[in-house]
Amino acid sequence: MIKRHPEPVLWMLFSAGGVVSAMLLPVLVLLFGVAFPLGLLDPPDYAQLSALLANPLTGLVMFSLCALSLFHWAHRFRHTLYDGLQIKHLNEVIAIVSYGAAVAGSTLAAYLLWQLS
Amino acid sequence: MDQNHAYTAYHPRWLRPHVSTYWWLEKPAYLAFILREGSCMFVAWFTVYLLLLLRAIQQGQAAYEAFLAWSAGPVVVLVNIVSFAFLIFHAITFFQAAPQAMVVHVGHRRLPARVLLAAHYAAWAAASIVVFWLLTGA
Repeated sequence: MIKRHPEPVLWMLFSAGGVVSAMLLPVLVLLFGVAFPLGLLDPPDYAQLSALLANPLTGLVMFSLCALSLFHWAHRFRHTLYDGLQIKHLNEVIAIVSYGAAVAGSTLAAYLLWQLS
Repeated sequence: MDQNHAYTAYHPRWLRPHVSTYWWLEKPAYLAFILREGSCMFVAWFTVYLLLLLRAIQQGQAAYEAFLAWSAGPVVVLVNIVSFAFLIFHAITFFQAAPQAMVVHVGHRRLPARVLLAAHYAAWAAASIVVFWLLTGA
């Protein structure tokens, strides 16, 4: 039997997450992280925001953004610790913790968006 | 290889030079590499921040307002300003690598790298404008 390696799938998730996070996170940080907190722009009011998130398309985009960004992080984090800091003896523990966190975060995102839909 | 080989006084030294844990501080290119890889920490941070925001919205108006008040704290704003810089760096470096990872053919001709790069930047601009418009109603 051919042993199937998860690496290509994990790389695809890393790559997709890299693109989605690059397209959407900068503007979201600029708004929710800087402009709204500093009062440069008015944040959307509660009704407006919950209506926006109740839209299935917004929900799908938000879920993809959260899940893929977390898998992007998990993959890059694991490889940087391995190559950069040469933490090789903990490789399996780091893999389990990082991909596990990505799965947990994605599940939470799905649950919250489901509640908001 | 024989696992029970006898000890010899002139055991060969393996050609495996020791690499310092801080090798990435030795050259600017190495530092750029580790900063690029490190940008993933800010991707993770802001995703957690978004999950906190979603949870607040799910809990109701009071929780949403509490989130907005918390997000205006100086430490949170500072972390987000640094995150913004890293996310821009992440976007630029990721798009830079995309034409090497993506091979797109139109007919029998491979799409040149600069066309793919331009398409990524155009999509980035369009996505940012849509999100900005949706959230500010401008």
